[in-house]
Amino acid sequence: MTMGAFSQLVSRHQVAAFGIFFAVFPFLMPYRSLASQVLIFGLFALGFNLLYGYTGLLSFGHAAYYGLGAYGTGLTLAKLKVGSLWLGLTAGPMLAVVGAVVIGFFCLRRRGIYFAMLTLAFAQLLYFVAFHLADVTGGDDGLRGIPLLPINIFGWKIDLENSLAFYYFALVIVWLAVAGLRRILDSPFGTVLQAIRENGDRASACGYDVNRVKHLSFVFSAFFAGLAGALDALRLAVVPVESLYWVTSGQVVIMTLLGGAGTFFGPFVGAGTYLVLGDRLAVFTERWPLVIGLIFMAFVLFLPKGIWGTLVGKLPGGQAAEAKP
Amino acid sequence: MDISLAAVLPQLFTGLVLGMLFVLLAIGLSLIFGLMTVVNFSHGALYMLGAYFTVFFLGYTRSFWVALLMAPLMVGAFGLLVERFLIRRLYGRSPDDPLLLTFGLSLVLIETAKIIWGKIGLTLDPPRALGGAVDLGFMSFPAYRLFVIAVTVAVLIGLWAFLTRTNVGLIIRAGSRDPLMVRALGIDLNRVWLLVFGIGCALAGLAGALAGPMRGAYAEMGVTMVIESFVVIVVGGMGSLLGAVLAGILMGQVVGITTYFAPKLAEIMVFVVMAVVLLVRPSGIFGEAGLAE
Repeated sequence: MTMGAFSQLVSRHQVAAFGIFFAVFPFLMPYRSLASQVLIFGLFALGFNLLYGYTGLLSFGHAAYYGLGAYGTGLTLAKLKVGSLWLGLTAGPMLAVVGAVVIGFFCLRRRGIYFAMLTLAFAQLLYFVAFHLADVTGGDDGLRGIPLLPINIFGWKIDLENSLAFYYFALVIVWLAVAGLRRILDSPFGTVLQAIRENGDRASACGYDVNRVKHLSFVFSAFFAGLAGALDALRLAVVPVESLYWVTSGQVVIMTLLGGAGTFFGPFVGAGTYLVLGDRLAVFTERWPLVIGLIFMAFVLFLPKGIWGTLVGKLPGGQAAEAKP
Repeated sequence: MDISLAAVLPQLFTGLVLGMLFVLLAIGLSLIFGLMTVVNFSHGALYMLGAYFTVFFLGYTRSFWVALLMAPLMVGAFGLLVERFLIRRLYGRSPDDPLLLTFGLSLVLIETAKIIWGKIGLTLDPPRALGGAVDLGFMSFPAYRLFVIAVTVAVLIGLWAFLTRTNVGLIIRAGSRDPLMVRALGIDLNRVWLLVFGIGCALAGLAGALAGPMRGAYAEMGVTMVIESFVVIVVGGMGSLLGAVLAGILMGQVVGITTYFAPKLAEIMVFVVMAVVLLVRPSGIFGEAGLAE
């Protein structure tokens, strides 16, 4: 099969291709928990990418929704002692959605570059709230004691403490989210998002309520970020207060741009690159964010399309791997 | 709780000193943004550099006054390099790109500072001449903090005179109104942008140098400051220098007063005020709606 034909095949079955690649992914990684981390941060970046890459809104405060997702799930399981993993896993993204409805309302009152600064400010606000509300959130020590309950599917009990079992559990959920995103992008709503990114005034002139569409995109994006936070709370069994910190917001921005904003697979490529690179560099130096920062600056200057975005531009028939036929 | 004037007044003064730091940072950000529509995320890292450069020059020359002069100049010079070799490549691209680039730059600067000066912060003493407290009649207040207020006021007056009374100032103001027309009149805006970026960065360096003896120097000292300065600009109205000054003072007071009544809420109140302003007057107190959106 030629390269071009392969790209065509991938483009027609993006969601399936994602599932197949990540089914073998843990065996390509140095250790299992890194594979889960790539999957979860890829989901976080996927949510961010919906807003930045497809709607054209740069949020510098996506830690807010990731953190709300993590705290939502963590509090439900650790403090409210709800005995169902599924309920806990649902509570996180729901909290993120509520947060996005409120914060999105405020942030979308200003456009352009203000939006980025406002999202950052509100994320920082949540960070300080979580930091000082130590009775509920554990404050600086983090929210501890989140149980990883076994799941029960038709009488088949699966213990998630096994790192490979947890990986595949996370993969099923992330795969559903990826399928969901593909569905959103293919819907008329997804087309309007991209129309707004290209020219907001024209979309408005076509009769679309641009602010409402942006707000919806913001909420969807937060849902994915919150789901990622919820999964990470289960993976780590703890929610560190740093999950709401600006560093976390910065991480998802870097990952998405490294991979390629506005491309379907870019967020996962970026999350993988960032985490594997960070993991390898940490062996040599504690100051590895310095290297990541320099690489990121080089990408903004010279490779604004990111790794995946540049690759699909170069490969024969590569464009097709991204664009829907 | 004691809410007599004698107890609250020192808080108001402390808030005013913090407000001065906000004003210096916000004016620099606002000046750069007004002219170049660039949001300089690394402003906080430059503030941090200002504090560390003060420590460095103090150790080198043994004179606080030389350090206070040299640190902002060095940060300003660094700013010139950043504009010339990094930001300039991004003109004509999305306004998000300079924000992303300077975000990366601030990561690099913070990590570099940790390598050079260590992870743990350094403390810095005010000069001996400003070491004590001054009796103002109704209360006594640390002399160094009064000095910070005086320096900021002097710098603001100087900046105001520069922008309104000199030819270069005139070009800067014209350039933020209508860059195309200024170009058509045969003025090389590249050099104006370079100068303004340098001035803005030097102001951040000055804020850091002044903050050093009060708050110490540590690698991450600029991050919360830059976010709060963004908030000041949103409240004051982007591009309005008067707005930046008044909103900076207001935010300093908000923090000062809240610290007295409910210390835990101090960091949060800044954002609450911002949310209220966004609801009531989205373009900021002195902002023009639609400017650079």
